[in-house]
Amino acid sequence: MNIVDIKVNVRQLDGRDRDICVLDLNGEIDVYTSPKVKETITDLIDQGHYTLVINLENVRYIDSTGLGVLIGGLKRVREHSGTVNLVCTNPQIKKIFDITGLVKIFGIYDSEKAACDNL
Amino acid sequence: MRQLVRQPSSKRAADAHVVELRIPSSAEWVGVARLAIAGIASRMEFSIEDIEDLKLAVAEACTSYIQNAQEADELCISAEVGTERITITMDACDASRGAVAASDAPAHGLGSFLIRTLMDEVAYEYAPESGTKLVMTKLLHK
Repeated sequence: MNIVDIKVNVRQLDGRDRDICVLDLNGEIDVYTSPKVKETITDLIDQGHYTLVINLENVRYIDSTGLGVLIGGLKRVREHSGTVNLVCTNPQIKKIFDITGLVKIFGIYDSEKAACDNL
Repeated sequence: MRQLVRQPSSKRAADAHVVELRIPSSAEWVGVARLAIAGIASRMEFSIEDIEDLKLAVAEACTSYIQNAQEADELCISAEVGTERITITMDACDASRGAVAASDAPAHGLGSFLIRTLMDEVAYEYAPESGTKLVMTKLLHK
């Protein structure tokens, strides 16, 4: 069976005083799709990008494996004094970050501009 | 995948129906379990938020079994549908040998924390020979 439930797009922002990569995720992040997200984040970090904005506006669903990928990415960029901010407007996904306490770990913003401005 | 609907038995509440779903124990089928439980919960008139909670709890349970009961080739998901609650029972099976023993890891970790937070009642029943069975209930708040 060949199902792809997540689309990942990477953009590099110009005109900022630091290198910022934005990951646009579209779909569902679960045990099946999270390896693709993990691979993309790992590749970016391996290429020397340590300031990431992960846009979850078009993510309909995320589970603990998806959260694990985001936490793993944050840990790795922090080793290089980097950071990860999230864009999230979906109340159900916000709720998951809330009940797991991850709102205290990640910067979570309602827009890409706010996420970039607060890096 | 096999799906069937049974009439109420003497062990269940008189007004309860049971929907059973067997899926292969692999990651690409977890989404099917999620959709199935969402369909049942929607029919029971759970709120959208409660449906999302149920989807996540079932997916976390499936993920846990896939990662911890690697000798199993199927996940058995049974939803007992009552007028005021849904009770979901899960275990891992080997098609040729029946239930298999999973490690006790499904009761720990972030996934288990989410299940316990999102569901109203959660119990892990351990039996060395028949495996680890997860029973979780969500109440219907009308």
